[in-house]
Amino acid sequence: MATVIQNKAGTLRDARLEIEEFNYAYAETLDQMDVDSWAEFFSDDAFYQVIARDNFESGLPLGLIYCEGKAMMKDRAYALLNTEMFAPRYLHLTITNTRALSSDTDGIRASANYTLIETLVEEPSRVQQVGKYRDLFVRDAEGALKLKERVCIYDSVMIDNCLVFPV
Amino acid sequence: MDVNRGLSGNSNGFDRAWPDDATRIPDWIYTDQDVYKREIEKIFLGRHWNYVGLECEVPEPGSYMRSYVGPFPVVVTRDMDGALHVFENRCAHRGVEFCREYRGKADSFICPYHNWTYDLKGDLTAIPFRRGVKGKGGAPKDFEMSEYGLRRFRVSTRGGVIFATACEDLESIEDYLGPEICAEFDATFDGTEFTLLGVHRNILPSNWKLYQENLKDPYHATLLHTYLTTFGLFVSSNESNIPTDKYGRHGGLLSRRPEGRPDVSEEEKSNMQAFKQTMELNDPRVLKFFPEADSKWSGSVLTIFPTLTALRQTNILNTRLLVPRGPNEFMMLWTVFGRSDDDEEMTRHRLRQNNIFGPAGFLGIEDNEALKFLQDGIRKAMPREGLAVLGEDDEATDTLITERAIRGMYRYYRDVMGF
Repeated sequence: MATVIQNKAGTLRDARLEIEEFNYAYAETLDQMDVDSWAEFFSDDAFYQVIARDNFESGLPLGLIYCEGKAMMKDRAYALLNTEMFAPRYLHLTITNTRALSSDTDGIRASANYTLIETLVEEPSRVQQVGKYRDLFVRDAEGALKLKERVCIYDSVMIDNCLVFPV
Repeated sequence: MDVNRGLSGNSNGFDRAWPDDATRIPDWIYTDQDVYKREIEKIFLGRHWNYVGLECEVPEPGSYMRSYVGPFPVVVTRDMDGALHVFENRCAHRGVEFCREYRGKADSFICPYHNWTYDLKGDLTAIPFRRGVKGKGGAPKDFEMSEYGLRRFRVSTRGGVIFATACEDLESIEDYLGPEICAEFDATFDGTEFTLLGVHRNILPSNWKLYQENLKDPYHATLLHTYLTTFGLFVSSNESNIPTDKYGRHGGLLSRRPEGRPDVSEEEKSNMQAFKQTMELNDPRVLKFFPEADSKWSGSVLTIFPTLTALRQTNILNTRLLVPRGPNEFMMLWTVFGRSDDDEEMTRHRLRQNNIFGPAGFLGIEDNEALKFLQDGIRKAMPREGLAVLGEDDEATDTLITERAIRGMYRYYRDVMGF
């Protein structure tokens, strides 16, 4: 019995390391504003939502961003890269406190904290978003991790002007 | 016209003369602290109905929410008899802003500082140690609790929308809106019960009036918002109407999306620098339209003076409350809702479609950015006047490339402000 528990703990530790690597690559991709590649971190049927913490905790479903499926993420990527007008900026997304919480046939449940710092021309850097990911990871045919669900619950309910890129 | 007036003008703001030409809007109305103070007196505490929220946000007896009348924090409550109340979020004793939660349920409000207690109507019901201790201290003998209730506003509702005013003898909401705007208001707020889907909040570093201007300005729609034309949601040749009330203070941007893709004429293409060849969305569900209002217009943006905008765009329903925070900044509270009889799929459809609006929406990002840039220009550059020269004041109301409604709002504004 003890061995099983240890194995399970060991499995979750391995999963955490793998998810941390995943999250580092995810953050780097968004820092480069490569939103086309960002969509590839998700499975085709994935759900991605950015939701204010007060809405989330009140059971109100409105998302700041709400994507059912990778196609909607691709559409957002296209719009951001080809139709949207916004000020030039540097992005700095930090993902920390990664936890692999459980693993079963649905996939790996995980969480992490995130902070997005934005720097605009002639303005001091400022925190644009701080929040928590609630994730469900699955594996694709090659065994690589993909997000089947990422719900980004942000504490920074009062948004500074607007959120341009996903987190 | 004296273009240097702003440089040489008196800093008190009130001897500043508006240019004779009605197509010129002076910078100082967007930046001057004294103008802002006068707006509080003449507009937010004046003869206007201020939007404070939706009935579906305070659905049950005991429900309450934070809101604002102009810049002033208020609490909106529904008492145990179901009646709505709006009172200042400021204890009558020392002035503490006592209600700190976005929303919730309560049977009373207790100021945390000295525990003065108010009921859901804003009446003072208890003060601790009123008689002092051991016969010493306490409130004056003639202290009447009924004289120390919270400052209340008059409340009226129409179609589930709650308004408040400091004015004791204001006309009805119907008369306040006027027949042209009231008809469009009623088309959206048609008496069906609404369900709250959530609230977006953002701070915009711009003067509150610029947001009203933005939604009275059909000229920018296809030029700034390439998303609309790229994905065929709106083009300048769509059937449109831009009504205003008789004073010019309220307005509407009404448009009808044609069946299928709109034709983008060569004339339109050549005028839209940012025009992209029309694309198909990978997930076209976002733009689907299920007609739900008794109206020929699939898009209706209403600007209700001073601080409400109400949107019905395809199946997006939202209100935006503009909360001024001084001349250079305001807060926006976007209340997004659906109808109580929506099934799960309709709710999801609304949630998907709401990617277009809000502070991370395809249109929301651009408007917020453009208004920030605009305030930067007004605030930092050498003073001058903005232009609102497009269109004619007596044109047909289906004219789209026009700034008529902006000029109309400022005719009214000048009258109220005494400029």
